[in-house]
Amino acid sequence: MIFTALTIVDSDAAWSQSRRPMAPTPENTPAGPVLKLAQPLPLDSGRSLAGVEIAYETYGTLNADKSNAIMICHALTGDQHVASPHPITGKPGWWIRMVGPGKPIDTDRFFVICSNVIGSCMGSSGPASMAESGAPYGMSFPVITIRDMVRAQVALVDALGIGRLHAVVGGSMGGMQALSWAANFGDRIDAALIIASTSRHSAQNIAFHEVGRQAIMADPKWNGGDYYGEGGEDPRKGGPESGLAVARMAAHITYLSEQGLTEKFGRRLQDRDAKTFGFDADFQVESYLRYQGLSFTDRFDANSYLYITRAMDYFDLAEEHGGKLADAFRGTKARFCLVSFDTDWLYPTSESRTIAHALNAAGHPVSFMELSAPFGHDSFLLDNDDLDRVVKGFIR
Amino acid sequence: MSPVTPGQLRPDLAVIAEHVEPGARVLDIGCGDGELMAALTAKGCDARGLEIDPTNVAACVGRGLSVMQGDADTDLAFYPDRSVDYAVLSQTLQTTRRPDLILENLLRIAPRGFVSFPNFAHWRVRASLMFGGQMPVTKLIPVAWYETPNIHHLTIADFRALLAERGIRAERSWYFTGGQPSRQRFANLTAEHAVFLVTRD
Repeated sequence: MIFTALTIVDSDAAWSQSRRPMAPTPENTPAGPVLKLAQPLPLDSGRSLAGVEIAYETYGTLNADKSNAIMICHALTGDQHVASPHPITGKPGWWIRMVGPGKPIDTDRFFVICSNVIGSCMGSSGPASMAESGAPYGMSFPVITIRDMVRAQVALVDALGIGRLHAVVGGSMGGMQALSWAANFGDRIDAALIIASTSRHSAQNIAFHEVGRQAIMADPKWNGGDYYGEGGEDPRKGGPESGLAVARMAAHITYLSEQGLTEKFGRRLQDRDAKTFGFDADFQVESYLRYQGLSFTDRFDANSYLYITRAMDYFDLAEEHGGKLADAFRGTKARFCLVSFDTDWLYPTSESRTIAHALNAAGHPVSFMELSAPFGHDSFLLDNDDLDRVVKGFIR
Repeated sequence: MSPVTPGQLRPDLAVIAEHVEPGARVLDIGCGDGELMAALTAKGCDARGLEIDPTNVAACVGRGLSVMQGDADTDLAFYPDRSVDYAVLSQTLQTTRRPDLILENLLRIAPRGFVSFPNFAHWRVRASLMFGGQMPVTKLIPVAWYETPNIHHLTIADFRALLAERGIRAERSWYFTGGQPSRQRFANLTAEHAVFLVTRD
């Protein structure tokens, strides 16, 4: 398995790297380029984060007048490998069907940037990173917000010498970032495409996240967030893997639809002909969820899960802008497109429609549509011809 | 639907496109696949659309237009007063639950509105009903009664009566038969299709 040098703890190399003088030039690590910010990043909490590192990937070529850059923002457990293999799992990029040569977001035409959000664990600064003390941050990492994630992306775009983005695109939490770009850095984007997202986390959204966080924190191995090094060099090992797996299982249900689960599993039994009258994974759906939970712990850090879910729960774009959603977009002339899916009950259509109506009433050029797909929230990652057409046409 | 020559606008849409001045802000309610909006955008208008069918909305966005998926009966309420120069209802009025309220909304959102609709009093329709005794299925009303989206059929005379009742003025009107412009006299008998430019003084 390959990790960025920065996520390897208890190693001299990582320690010395985090102590090197910071220069705003990217350097290459095994998992791709990493930008180190020279200046501390101011955060919504009032704190600031020094020595911020931003791991990112780019695809395609930046044109001479730097007008063809598209920022893609990833979701909660996503990463910068939007169209390149994941360095840990070896799986293809998470949006390979949308991004690439000749794809709806055509890398023959556009320069696509995708960076790992701060707070995460795929090379950008997060709770597993080394603090000034020389030990990993753990829970001393500052609580970050969606806007803080976007501030880091803005710093990256600055470092790449790009003044304006042709578009910023994101699904789910990526959509929140795209909205935050429009609201806070609206003069730096020409268009925002927001898929299966919301302008604020509802009570139900927060509730599901709290279940996940409590599952992690109830695992004795969480140890107040101080578990790095317990499992050797991999920060994901030795920590609250059981708690994180349960968190992922609960969250995974919210990404699917009742119809999708029924079609995929029904009440079918897993590798057996009869119920066992025990608590093994009798049902296929149990086995599937257990697998999803366990495999997640191979690639994700539990503390990162806490921090990023918190950032999402804190997200309320209207609240950030005086309570009126339409006011959030005063500073932008960007075009907007919002897409929802009819079976998505995590961020239902009404959330996208609310944003679209606010933009429309304020006179912004906005398109909105609810597409039909059976797969719930995850539909934005799956095959959908209408979505392809919309993305391609809107990005144009 | 009127016959459409490839590359050419449907006649009612052509009339509307022709009479909207460049640079005007237009809301096309029931914009379909964006045919009129594309023509308006080409002449420098700021055209926005409202459309109920997601595949049509996807098609519009695919051609670079700004369209909201929504239902005119409920979603026009979200548009601010006088937010555009023209609101357009092409072949949409007869498909709504409350055409009268739609018309009121039209003239709340815009000072002037274009309304086009098939004329249920065209002689062919009358003849079909009179001699066949069944709900007519014609070129302009091509779908049987049980599956037609046209739930409020109206005639040119009906529309004029509604305008009079609501204090709305017909600034201009255009009539079509067989896809060609037709005369004003006896339009309620001879026109298959009408376009009105309406305003409230």
